[in-house]
Amino acid sequence: MMNEPDLVIVGGGNAALCAAITAAEAGARVLILEGAPKEYRGGNSRHTRNFRCMHDGPLSVLTGSYGEDEYYDDLLRVTKGNTDEKLARMAIRGSQDSQPWMEAHGVRFQPSLSGTLSLSRTNAFFLGGGKALVNAYYRTAESLGVQVLYDAPVTHLELEHDKITRVDYTYQGDDLSLSPRAVVVASGGFQGNIERLVAAWGPEAENFLIRGTPYNRGDVLFDLLDQGVQSIGDPTQCHAVAIDGRAPKFDGGIVTRLDCVPFSVVVNKHAKRFYNEGEDVWPKRYAIWGRLVAAQDDQVAYSIIDSKSKDLFMPSVFPPITADSIGELAMKLGLDADALINTVSDFNAACQPGEFHPTDLDGVATDALDPPKTNWARPIKDGPFYAYELRPGVTFTYLGFKVDETAQVQGPNGAIRNLWAAGETMAGSILGQGYLAGFGMTIGTVFGRIAGREAADYVR
Amino acid sequence: MSADTIQEARRQIEICNACRYCEGYCAVFPAMTRQKAFADGDITQLANLCHNCRGCYYACQYTEPHEFALNLPKALAEVRQDSWQDFAWPPQFGKAFHTSGVAITVLIVLCFSLLFALSRMVMPVGGEGFYATLSHSMMVAIFMPAFLLPLGSLAISLRRYWHHVNGGRLTMTAVKAAFVDAGRMKNLSGGHGEGCNFEDEDRFTKLRKIGHQLTMWGFLLCFAATSSGTILHYGFDIKAPYSLISLPKLFGVTGGIMLTLGTAKLAWLKTKADRNLGDTRVWGGEMASVLLLCAVAVTGLGLYAATGSPLVPALLAIHLGTVLAFFLLMPFSKMAHGFYRLTALIADKTR
Repeated sequence: MMNEPDLVIVGGGNAALCAAITAAEAGARVLILEGAPKEYRGGNSRHTRNFRCMHDGPLSVLTGSYGEDEYYDDLLRVTKGNTDEKLARMAIRGSQDSQPWMEAHGVRFQPSLSGTLSLSRTNAFFLGGGKALVNAYYRTAESLGVQVLYDAPVTHLELEHDKITRVDYTYQGDDLSLSPRAVVVASGGFQGNIERLVAAWGPEAENFLIRGTPYNRGDVLFDLLDQGVQSIGDPTQCHAVAIDGRAPKFDGGIVTRLDCVPFSVVVNKHAKRFYNEGEDVWPKRYAIWGRLVAAQDDQVAYSIIDSKSKDLFMPSVFPPITADSIGELAMKLGLDADALINTVSDFNAACQPGEFHPTDLDGVATDALDPPKTNWARPIKDGPFYAYELRPGVTFTYLGFKVDETAQVQGPNGAIRNLWAAGETMAGSILGQGYLAGFGMTIGTVFGRIAGREAADYVR
Repeated sequence: MSADTIQEARRQIEICNACRYCEGYCAVFPAMTRQKAFADGDITQLANLCHNCRGCYYACQYTEPHEFALNLPKALAEVRQDSWQDFAWPPQFGKAFHTSGVAITVLIVLCFSLLFALSRMVMPVGGEGFYATLSHSMMVAIFMPAFLLPLGSLAISLRRYWHHVNGGRLTMTAVKAAFVDAGRMKNLSGGHGEGCNFEDEDRFTKLRKIGHQLTMWGFLLCFAATSSGTILHYGFDIKAPYSLISLPKLFGVTGGIMLTLGTAKLAWLKTKADRNLGDTRVWGGEMASVLLLCAVAVTGLGLYAATGSPLVPALLAIHLGTVLAFFLLMPFSKMAHGFYRLTALIADKTR
C-alpha cells in the first residue's frame, strides 16, 4: 500500500480509469477505490461495446465523417433539448482526440459488429467489448503506478467549506479513512440500489431488472447531495428498455435484449394490447418500451409472434415459449386464453394487405384498431407461435452532480476546490433524457481525462 | 461424442451468439453467427476452429461468478478433445494416450528398448556413420510403416470428421486460404496482431504464437531434412552422413534448433497458464506430447554433435526411439490437433 496518495478516485469503470491514467501520467500518486470485487470491476463499462466518436474524415475503424453539428443534432433529438450545450459540445469535440488516446492506452477497436452496420460511421467498437477495454486500462494504469483496491466501497466524503477533507471507505471488513489532496468521483448512478429506485420511481421499481452492475448503489452520490452539493438530472428518472423477463436481476447485459417487438403484438397480463408496436424502426423505439412495460400491471408484458417472424431478429439468449395454438400459448404464459385469442383475432382481422419489409417502415398497418399498429402488421396466424416475456431493464439513472467545464463539482457555495466528477455520475448534465448509443463512453472518456488532468494540476 | 460436453458447449455458444462482442478475435465467432441453432456437427466444427487463445474468456462479461458461468475456451477444448478421441482409428487407442502422460512415457520407453535391442542384436555389416549402428534397410523397415500407418489412421479420422461437420465442396481456394491462415497462425493473433492471452491472464503477448511458429516451422524443416535425405539417397545415390553444407543438414540443424526452442517455450508457457481454461483431463498428455517433440529435437541435435564419438549408438537409439514414438502417437495425441485444425479451417472456408 502506498503512502498517502495525492488523488483518490472513487469507482473503477471507464471514467475512473481515464482519470487515473491521465493523473498518473501527469505525475500524481493515484489510488483507485473500486467497490466491486476484481471479477466484477469496471461498473457498467464492462457491458458496453462502443464509443460514439466525432471525426472530420476516416479515423481508425470509422468510415466517412461525423461532424460536430450532426453529432450535436443527434443528441438534441434524443434529449429533446434537455442538455447543456457547452458541456455537450466539449464531449463531442473531445471524442475525436480521445479515440487515438484510447488506442495509445491499450484499447483496440474493430469495425462494427454484424447486425450493427447502421453504427459503422458513428461508433467505434471495442475489440472484445467493454470488459476488454477495462482490462487494458487496468493494465496501463498499473504500469503507471496507479494503486487499485477492489472490494473497497467508499462510504463518505467529508465536505468542509469548499474542500473534501476525508475519504471514508471499507476494505476487508475494516473501516478506513484517507485524506488525499484531491478526489475524483466516477462511481456511476444509483440503479443498483433497488430501495433508492423504489423511493425515486415508486413501488413498481421492485419489479425492474437492472441490466448492469449491482455495485452502482449511489452511496457517494447521495452522501454528497445530502451535504448540499448541487445536483442535475431528474432524480425520479431512469433509462429503461424492455428486455427478456427471464434475465437475471443484475448484470444480464447485452444478451437479454429483445428485438422482436416490431414484428409482434405485445399484450399485458390481461392479454390486452397497449401500444403501437410498429410506430418506428426498433433502434428508434426500443428505449420507450421499458417505460411502457413499467406502466402495466405487475410490470410485465408478452411479445407474441408466429413462425413467419421467427428469424427476423437477433436471437435472445432465452428460447421463446412455444405453442401450436394461441390458446395453448396463453396457458403456458399464464394468461386468460379467451382474452388472448380475442386480442389476436381482432388484430388479425384489422391487418391490411401490403408489401412487408422487415428493415424499412413498410406502412403495412392495421385498420380501425386501437391502439393501431402502423408498420409490419401481419396476421399472427401461422403456427407454431412464440412468446417472449418483457420486463423493464434499467440501464442507468439520470441524477448526478452538476459540474463546470473542468468537471469540477459544484458545492452549496460554488466550486468544491478539490473535487471532480466524471462519467455516469455527471452525465445527467449532458444527457438529460433519452440515450444515444455509445455516448455514455464518450462522456466518461472525455470528462474522465479532464477530471484527471485538473486533479493532477491541483495536487502538483 | 459425449452428450454432456456438447450440450454445455451449446449452452455457452447460444449465449455468445446473442452477444457477439468477441467477433473480432478469431474465426470461431464469425462462424458462429451463420446460424441460430447448433447441431452437434456445428459445435464440433466450432470447437476445432478454436485455437484456445483465450481472448474471449478474459473479455467475457459472463464468466464466473456470473450465473451464466461462461468459459468458452474450456467448453470447446473438451468438445474438441472428445471429437479427436471419438474419430480416432483404431478407436481403442484414442483415449489412453490423450489423457495419460504415463501411457505416452511407457510407449516411448518401449520404442527405446526396441531400437536398443535391434542395434545390439542385428549388427549391420559395413555401413558408415549411424548406418554402422542400424542399417539403412532396417531403418526403412521400421519407419516406413511407422510413418504411413499413422497417416492412414489420420486420413480415416479426418474423413469421419468432415462428414460429421458437414463440410462443403472442397475447392483449391478454400484449401489455399486455410493453409495461409494456418501458416501465419492468424487465429493466435488476437485480431489486432498482438497475440493471445495465455501465460499472464488478460495481457496480450506474442510468446505463445512465437513458440508455436518455431515448433511448427521447426518441425516442418526437420521433416524437410528427412525428405531431402531420402531424395538424395534414392534419387542421386548420395548417402548419409551429409556435410554441414547440404540440404538435410541445413534443414535439420535449423529445424532442430527452432523445434527445441519452440517446444521448450510452449512447455514453459503451459506451466504458467490457467489450466482451467483448457481441458484439464488431458493436461498431462498434452505436456508429454510437447516434451516428446522437444526430445526428438534435442536428441537429433545431440546426435549430430556427437558425430564420430562412442556415444553415437546410444544416442541414435534414443533419437530414433523418440521419433518412432512420435510417429506412432501422432493420431492419438495432441499432435493430431494440427491435422484437425487445418481440416476445420478448410471446412470453414467452404461455407
